[in-house]
Amino acid sequence: MKTTTIQPVADRHLRRNTSFTQSLANSVTMAYRGLLKIKRTPEQLFDVTLQPIIFTLMFTYIFGGAISGNVTRYLPVIIPGILVQTVITTSIVTGVQLREDMDKGVFDRFKSLPIARIAPLAGALLADTVRYTIATILTFSMGYLMGYRPDGGLTDVVLAGLLVIVCSWSISWIFAFFGVIARTASSVQGISMLVLFPLTFLSNAFVPVNTLPDWLQWFAKINPVSHLITAVRHLTNSGAFGWDFTVTLIGAAVIVVVFAPLTVRAYMHRT
Amino acid sequence: MKIDDHRKKKNKPSNDWAIEAHGLMKQFGKHRAVDGVDLNVPAGSIYGVLGPNGAGKTTTIRMLSTLLRPDAGTARIFGHDVSNESHRVRQLIGVTGQYASVDETLSATENLMIFSRLLGLSRADARRKSAELLQAFGLTEAAKRPLKHFSGGMRRRLDLAASLIAQPPLIFLDEPTTGLDPRTRNQMWATIRNLVDSGSTVLLTTQYLQEADELADRIAVIDQGRVVAEGTANELKASIGRSSLQIRIQDPTKTEQARGIIEQALTVASAVSPEGGKITAPLADADRVTDLLIALRAADVHLAELSVQKPTLDEVFLTITGHGVNENKAKNKQKLGAANR
Repeated sequence: MKTTTIQPVADRHLRRNTSFTQSLANSVTMAYRGLLKIKRTPEQLFDVTLQPIIFTLMFTYIFGGAISGNVTRYLPVIIPGILVQTVITTSIVTGVQLREDMDKGVFDRFKSLPIARIAPLAGALLADTVRYTIATILTFSMGYLMGYRPDGGLTDVVLAGLLVIVCSWSISWIFAFFGVIARTASSVQGISMLVLFPLTFLSNAFVPVNTLPDWLQWFAKINPVSHLITAVRHLTNSGAFGWDFTVTLIGAAVIVVVFAPLTVRAYMHRT
Repeated sequence: MKIDDHRKKKNKPSNDWAIEAHGLMKQFGKHRAVDGVDLNVPAGSIYGVLGPNGAGKTTTIRMLSTLLRPDAGTARIFGHDVSNESHRVRQLIGVTGQYASVDETLSATENLMIFSRLLGLSRADARRKSAELLQAFGLTEAAKRPLKHFSGGMRRRLDLAASLIAQPPLIFLDEPTTGLDPRTRNQMWATIRNLVDSGSTVLLTTQYLQEADELADRIAVIDQGRVVAEGTANELKASIGRSSLQIRIQDPTKTEQARGIIEQALTVASAVSPEGGKITAPLADADRVTDLLIALRAADVHLAELSVQKPTLDEVFLTITGHGVNENKAKNKQKLGAANR
């Protein structure tokens, strides 16, 4: 065992709070932990690998003929739609896993360490962007295999992908909040699906909005998911940054500004 | 207000007390888990919190280690308030929970690396510290294996190692040896003693009276959320009374004669156990036993068995908490004790 004597309390310099740089460093370390966990349990990547492949194939061939006449003409519509739907759905897992993780003893240690309170949450959310990236790449690849050739070119496709990842990260704060306040992991899954299903389907993801009844058009048009999908479509199909791009980023920022403090507070108050 | 008075008395955080808790209270629903706990733990000591399951030990530790906000009362760690200065308090403590607070999916090294990095060590320092702790706790060989394959004892050791990264002056150990085999338990005890030798203060909870007796400088007995007794192990034992002398004679018909001799030699009242044969008498002065034995020999009373029963913490505990002493259990223990001699 140690023979060294410990530093007396009087000689220690104790900080009152965590600094911003420390919070950032703590979050990065926690993200590293998240990545290590993904590396150790690769089976938790099943959903982000299989869902883009199956959903893209399924929806394109089911709706392609009916909506755009044929599959090839439907691809520029459906790929951005399915991309947004898949990646946002993936962000539910963040909340579910956070709930499971928080029930484990290791979170007690995190709480007892002199680290930024936000770090365990921010780290977990940051690590999950890897999942979004995988889903994004796979969806675009599936589209490419099926004949999708976006006019915007590679740079704009990458930018569109980044936009989707950033937005999903923002949205994952909502599910993280559910994760922190919910009692069980399955209830997080339940609540999140209930919120997300209408949001992703009552949008312009699969069908042109003008085919919907008036009242539904109204909702689909103000639905933030529609704005994100439109922004992605503009980028991939014509390389244009439109109003939707700006609106989406503002929306994402608002979500983070509202839900990050809420989540951290709930996390700190939870026993 | 009470708190203000307290502050006025010591403007400067004091270092004499590692923990000062006054009237800590925590309620879960209608159940009061901790109901006004006062604790004063001197720096540099091992302090034992002894109590049965559900007495409020873990809840108390969780409040003292900033994991849980007290509903009422105050607690200071080296003079820093756990509620208002929680970040400072966290820089002074290490917490090892009842359930391993380490990451199951990661390896021992990865766990220690992450905790070290979180505590602000550089990558190189974190690597060095992790290797050093793994070595100290005999985990070097298992360092790369995921914790899923660790035994209970290894997990506890890693857990404790993780609490020592920052070399905190105060370490909380919640039932550090529950579920460990006797050998691993002795290792854990040695480790805890070493910690205090290096200058740390240790607060440990335990359900095992022997453990508190063995390790702790002072003990608080806690029951139903309250501290029901406090003192050194000897003080607590003394509070219940003296040792007793137990004698069984070969010829039960001479019991009354033997009692007479005992009461005369020791000048005390004796008692006979219901199943007969065993005479018990309080033993105030051990020196008088010599006289007693000579007197018994002179009276031709032959002994079958002789033993001295010290008051155990068990008895102390049962007496204090008043959970009716289980007659049969107590007797069985005495029998066992006699058989061992």
